[in-house]
Amino acid sequence: MNKNSWILYIGILVFGLFAPFVFPAFKVQLSILCVLIVLATTWNIQGGEMGYNTFGNILFYGLGMYLCASVQVGMFFPLAEWTESGGEKTFVHTPSQFFQGMAAGLVVAAVVPTIVAGLIGYAILGLRGHYFAICTLGLGVAAGEISGGIEIIGAGQGFTTPPFPNIGGLEARGEFFYFLSFGALVLTFIAVRAIYTTRFRLILNAIRDNEDKAEAMGIETMKYKITGWMISAFFCGLAGGIMGGLVGYIDSTDVAFDGREMGVFMVLMAILGGKGTLWGPIIGATLFHFFKEGFWTFFLGWQYVALGVLIVVIVIYFPEGLMGWLREKYPERFGEVVDEADRKAQVELK
Amino acid sequence: MITIQACLDGLLLGILFALIAYGMALQWGVMNIINIAQGDLVILGGYIAYFMYLYGIHPAWGVIVSPIIMYFVGIAIYKLVINKVVDRDLFISILATFGISILFMQLMNFAFGADVVLANSGYGTTMLFDNNVVLPNSKIFSAFISIVFAICLVVYMKRSKLGRAIRATAQNARAAKILGVDTEKVYAATFGINAALCGVAGALISITFTIHPYMGLPYTIRSFMIVIVAGLGNLPGVAMSGMGLGIFEEFADYILGTEFRIGSVFLLLVLILVYRRFKLSRKREYLK
Repeated sequence: MNKNSWILYIGILVFGLFAPFVFPAFKVQLSILCVLIVLATTWNIQGGEMGYNTFGNILFYGLGMYLCASVQVGMFFPLAEWTESGGEKTFVHTPSQFFQGMAAGLVVAAVVPTIVAGLIGYAILGLRGHYFAICTLGLGVAAGEISGGIEIIGAGQGFTTPPFPNIGGLEARGEFFYFLSFGALVLTFIAVRAIYTTRFRLILNAIRDNEDKAEAMGIETMKYKITGWMISAFFCGLAGGIMGGLVGYIDSTDVAFDGREMGVFMVLMAILGGKGTLWGPIIGATLFHFFKEGFWTFFLGWQYVALGVLIVVIVIYFPEGLMGWLREKYPERFGEVVDEADRKAQVELK
Repeated sequence: MITIQACLDGLLLGILFALIAYGMALQWGVMNIINIAQGDLVILGGYIAYFMYLYGIHPAWGVIVSPIIMYFVGIAIYKLVINKVVDRDLFISILATFGISILFMQLMNFAFGADVVLANSGYGTTMLFDNNVVLPNSKIFSAFISIVFAICLVVYMKRSKLGRAIRATAQNARAAKILGVDTEKVYAATFGINAALCGVAGALISITFTIHPYMGLPYTIRSFMIVIVAGLGNLPGVAMSGMGLGIFEEFADYILGTEFRIGSVFLLLVLILVYRRFKLSRKREYLK
């Protein structure tokens, strides 16, 4: 790591710490951005590094969301009565109960999806290519449909998460959730960056490039695939738990297992930025969020139409993403040695 | 009695699924793309029949009109999007058609509203076994029409020049090109035929069941499931597994409850894929 990147990291960290005070009106938007970056970065572990294009990370996200809220309520009050009462609050969390519940909830929200990923990983990750993609798509939708039929977590009418407690008239909800999601983002970035410097990333790339050959070289691919998925599941669950508290209301198909929105967003963000790079998903998520928030209001109900067009355009005309395009243009910056004569010859051929 | 009822319902439903799955198998085999928007094409076809019903034309005529319109819709989609993803990675086609699916869903939501609708054919019902089993005549009609269309298509694929060209392209696109087949045209026609099949199925669904702009994805998943169970190019297999799926669904509906019906379809897909994966991994192979 050189001096420039240190300056960059510290700059981003300082910006992140002061952002909610500098732009107080955008606290919620910034928190959502942090969650989106976490999702895009973890999707990239599968789709970008390992070559397993999944639509199923939404499963862990939704699972984390439901688990966090359920633990937060269930620790202090009967869960069934809470969901039955719906929006009307018969039980009120004291501040200490709220924060204890949130802490325990986030731990559960991160750990249980990891275990789930480990358990189903052996079965699901044996599929390859488009079968894996469709299978995980089915998994996400099935989870949404089934959780929409379970009474104790609100079934079709939804689950209201505990409201943020009022501590002596202080309105700190936005700041609390912002720092929570920013913390998750920093944690994810450090973890993913650490992973990407190890042999583990090389193995994932080997699996992406040719799984049979990787196996022939003596790599136990299944073990690494499951580990990669578990890492993703951990951070997706965490992000889901935070997002549940932030939104304040969990619906099975519209918020938690929202394959049509969040499930596609994470794929799109990673592709937009450039898959298989550390910074690609981060840049992609930021661009996407700015675009979405900036233009969504102009479309007024035509958002999904715009989203559909955006997906088609990005996938067809821009499949390498921003980082891939930059790499093509300035290969020297990415540490690739370029033979000038050879490059000129190629340009002439074109 | 409830068993017979569920079996018959499932059988008639499954024939419809098989028709959609046949379109899926056709484009998958010929163009090597997986079309997530398949279900949305079905729903769009259904709305065409529904609109005919609204304007006082009997919705059964939708079976003729809907495929003709859908054929051109299919060609348009092919020219705009699909021709750019044909030679590329399958995931690109999945994602691109997913985009089309979201687009269609929302456009249909704007154009036709978010209500669950059906086109009433007024065919009445048939009672069997001392009035214990109730079969709407529209279901029997739709199964009959599906079979007719499937047979027509099979004969067309076997006999006509275009059908031969399509089969040749499916076997080896490069060789077909060398021998003078305009593969670009074949691809466009294949996608158009697929969309037309979806149109027929959609018109029948709007008569027998209900349609809603967001109900597309389950039809895609069902047809995908039928194709992977039966295998590409195995027509009797497609019909059999379609009917099997229909019966499974009716029983899941009856035993687990209607709220878990769609969920059980998606879970079944996951289970089938996992089962195939374990079966193949014994021979150190994987699903290709």
